[in-house]
Amino acid sequence: MTSKTCAVIDYGMGNLHSAHGALQAVAGDTKVIVTGDPEIIRKADHVVLPGVGAMRDCMAEIRAQGIDQVVAEARKTKPLLGICVGMQGMMDRSEENGGVDCLGLFPGEVRFFGNDLIEDGEKLKVPHMGWNKVRQIHHPLWNGIEDDTRFYFVHSYYVEAQRAEHVKGSGHYGVDFAAAIGEDNVFGVQFHPEKSHNAGLALLKNFLEWDGQA
Amino acid sequence: MALAKRIIPCLDVDKGRVVKGVNFVGIRDAGDPVEIAKRYNDQGADEITFLDITASHEGRDTTVHMVEAIAEQVFIPLTVGGGIRELADIRNMLNAGADKVSINSAAVYNPEFVREASEKFGAQCIVVAIDAKQVGDNHWEIFTHGGRKPTGINAVEWAAKMAEYGAGEILLTSMDRDGVKSGFDLGVTRAISDAVNIPVIASGGVGNLDHLVDGVLQGKADAVLAASIFHFGEYTVEQAKQHMAAAGIEMRL
Repeated sequence: MTSKTCAVIDYGMGNLHSAHGALQAVAGDTKVIVTGDPEIIRKADHVVLPGVGAMRDCMAEIRAQGIDQVVAEARKTKPLLGICVGMQGMMDRSEENGGVDCLGLFPGEVRFFGNDLIEDGEKLKVPHMGWNKVRQIHHPLWNGIEDDTRFYFVHSYYVEAQRAEHVKGSGHYGVDFAAAIGEDNVFGVQFHPEKSHNAGLALLKNFLEWDGQA
Repeated sequence: MALAKRIIPCLDVDKGRVVKGVNFVGIRDAGDPVEIAKRYNDQGADEITFLDITASHEGRDTTVHMVEAIAEQVFIPLTVGGGIRELADIRNMLNAGADKVSINSAAVYNPEFVREASEKFGAQCIVVAIDAKQVGDNHWEIFTHGGRKPTGINAVEWAAKMAEYGAGEILLTSMDRDGVKSGFDLGVTRAISDAVNIPVIASGGVGNLDHLVDGVLQGKADAVLAASIFHFGEYTVEQAKQHMAAAGIEMRL
């Protein structure tokens, strides 16, 4: 019997070392592969869609390399995890770079925090960078992680889900935003589990053990 | 507000060893970078900064290997600085497992480098390090070469310019304080934090845990960086976080 595989999708937008390393650290017998090859992604048992950088470039690469197609297939068939810009890319549209159409797996938009974010009289800096609390909504990926645990975020844009039932974790930074979204076998996180110490590793382990039943 | 302030232990690494000097001279050996990084990770550090202070051409490979070894074991953000002069240096460090790079002198010589780096790799991984010294009332100037060479550049104006060029964060080191344990230069920390809309990390001069509190409450820093108070076992990162939390600062405990 061959062991299970988890494909971390590489569409040429930068460093996937961290995501690979953290997943592999909790993967047990599952083999974690960083790849842009649609055939390997199709065969994988779990799929991770990471993302860093600007949305327009990300979506352009995703489309140019046919990754949109494999992600759409994974959406129907197997556990799929979007991280940071990978999660944002699952929405309908982002207002980054003057407006970019995204993959449309979830209805809703990706919005800019703005340059005049204020809370309690204090100016909030953008990007939202650092460890912030996530209020969980029951889901298998939170198993064993305490509610309101802090995760590591770095982002200037945030997800505004159109349908409240898609929000699986909420964050607050001047505004309320979706820190995690999910439906069926798909989950997305705005924070970086691969950089979020023990809580992040626990979430990744939950993902690799997940059968895709919400 | 729920975003936590960060504590960032800093490893100044020379020829593969963690060292710490007073005012950048008078080096003291503090041990193996990988072991130390792991210890701070276990103690609850929010990030780790690795500064290659030799940054000689020959030393580069050693640094890459150490960054790889740290990234394999430490699952919190890792910033690498020292000798980052061109886009290829940034790519090498990110490929080795760094999450951010810190650009210092190269930004002073060629500000456009920051713009290019930010466009290429994203602002989130570009930290601009500023070494400042007080030269008059409410007037701080940028120094290079470990604090020896004045540039005539106003530190506060420079920070604002770097933010505009695409820096994602400012690492501010007060050179007259570095290693002397009398606390951060709160004046310049506050002036820069007020002048930019990106996070500011205060560095240089931490001698006790109250200094960390002052950096946040008075200096308005988003993160505080310290080296020797942790290296020689005076305090653990956990103790520092507890102390800051007790002073009313949001921390990840």
